[in-house]
Amino acid sequence: MSGIRLLVGTRKGAFVLTSDGKRKQWDVSGPHFAGWEMYHLKGSPVEPNRIYASQTSSWFGQIIQRSDDGGKTWCQPGTPPGEPTTTPDGSPKGESNKFVYDTSPETGKPLTTHQHYDGTQRPWEFKRVWHLEPSLTDPDTVYAGVEDAALFRSTDAGQTWQELAGLRDVKGNLWQPGAGGMCLHTIMLDRNNPQRIYVAISAAGVFRTDDAGKTWRAVNRGLKSQYELPDPDAEVGHCVHRIAMHPSRPNVLFMQKHWDVMRSDDGGGSWHEVSGNLPTDFGFPIDVHAHEPETIYVVPIKSDSEHFVPDGKLRVYRSRTGGNEWEALTNGLPQRDCYVNVLRDAMTVDSLDPCGLYVGTTGGQVYASANAGDSWEPIVRDLPAVLSVEVQTLT
Amino acid sequence: MIRVVLPAHLRTLARVGGEVTLHVEDPVTLRSVLEALETRYPMLRGTIRDHVTQKRRPFVRFFACEQDLSHESPDTPLPDAVATGAEPFLIVGAMAGG
Repeated sequence: MSGIRLLVGTRKGAFVLTSDGKRKQWDVSGPHFAGWEMYHLKGSPVEPNRIYASQTSSWFGQIIQRSDDGGKTWCQPGTPPGEPTTTPDGSPKGESNKFVYDTSPETGKPLTTHQHYDGTQRPWEFKRVWHLEPSLTDPDTVYAGVEDAALFRSTDAGQTWQELAGLRDVKGNLWQPGAGGMCLHTIMLDRNNPQRIYVAISAAGVFRTDDAGKTWRAVNRGLKSQYELPDPDAEVGHCVHRIAMHPSRPNVLFMQKHWDVMRSDDGGGSWHEVSGNLPTDFGFPIDVHAHEPETIYVVPIKSDSEHFVPDGKLRVYRSRTGGNEWEALTNGLPQRDCYVNVLRDAMTVDSLDPCGLYVGTTGGQVYASANAGDSWEPIVRDLPAVLSVEVQTLT
Repeated sequence: MIRVVLPAHLRTLARVGGEVTLHVEDPVTLRSVLEALETRYPMLRGTIRDHVTQKRRPFVRFFACEQDLSHESPDTPLPDAVATGAEPFLIVGAMAGG
């Protein structure tokens, strides 16, 4: 019997929503880590009961949590539950909340500066983990996208973290924060090529490594940011909100940019716009149907200054043609007096057939569709503002 | 023994209920208390002060004996009442909200 587990991060804690394969009846557990901002939770594809979570606070900083039983119990990986918190000689165990930029001569890069909102240069300063991406093959390996933008990797199940510092080398002085901060928010691993990783940064753009993270290059050709950058088609500096791909076609990428929905058919080598008939091409999330690589989803919002859905209607848009031709999906979603947003990590698809689709809103609702978006039902209506939704399809 | 009061979120992380008591050698300073606290509760490393620079996180404050000690040098001796355990050392999340 298949099942679904949704991992929901909110402004005030995490929730785990579970259902059987029918996706009609849901159990809700939580809040886990009540009162903390839970930016992202994601399970290991190879060991689904292992879940990594980013717990963060402007007051007390960054904590990494891990569950090895599907979200029932959690530990800070440096301090497993039930074990002494120090080694026999009294020194602390692993420090899973320690993210330090690598400035060592051997593996790191000097801690240079990036642009601030006002155009001045500021040194990199760690703030929080936005996104956790577990390895496709090793449950102990997990990547973390952080603010100020950088990519970290742990190979000991989250106990210790090392920066892949070559990324900051790609014209980092021209990167700048978007409205949410200068964050690395998307990490895509290529199932067919373990050496290849894509990351996306607001506001810097998309970057690709073909040597497992040692060296990187910007892959932003074709992006145009005429209201955000002095040079609209600059190599870096674009406010990319989210990228997505289907695992069967890793060279085909889809992007929701600050403005514009974009597509690349050559692994980011070049991009072209596929916004087509969308009511607005501003938005945050974008995702691909689990079984139809040309079926993609976005949730347009009104503009960069009005971060809510247009016309008071929450509409998920679906294209079955890889972009350009879009249809509004509205059945079961609020179509009046609705002014929520769906953040970049708050839409996801399961791999059942028919494909399930889930969106979480800043109003605290999580909506589910068990038929690829044709109709929707709320799972929960009154959570804190939803930051992220990830799904695990359990067999 | 030094008595330390943690904010609610840090009590949860450290899995403690009320006050924390620590043995700290003289001289009792901000630095020595924080080091003793982090040694006993390593899950709190990075939540009160920066891992590398050891600077206090901006939204964390230190109070004791009705004084704000947040801006004192880390090596300033804490009040005798804290060193003797008569008064607690308070680690506080900065006020927020309205």
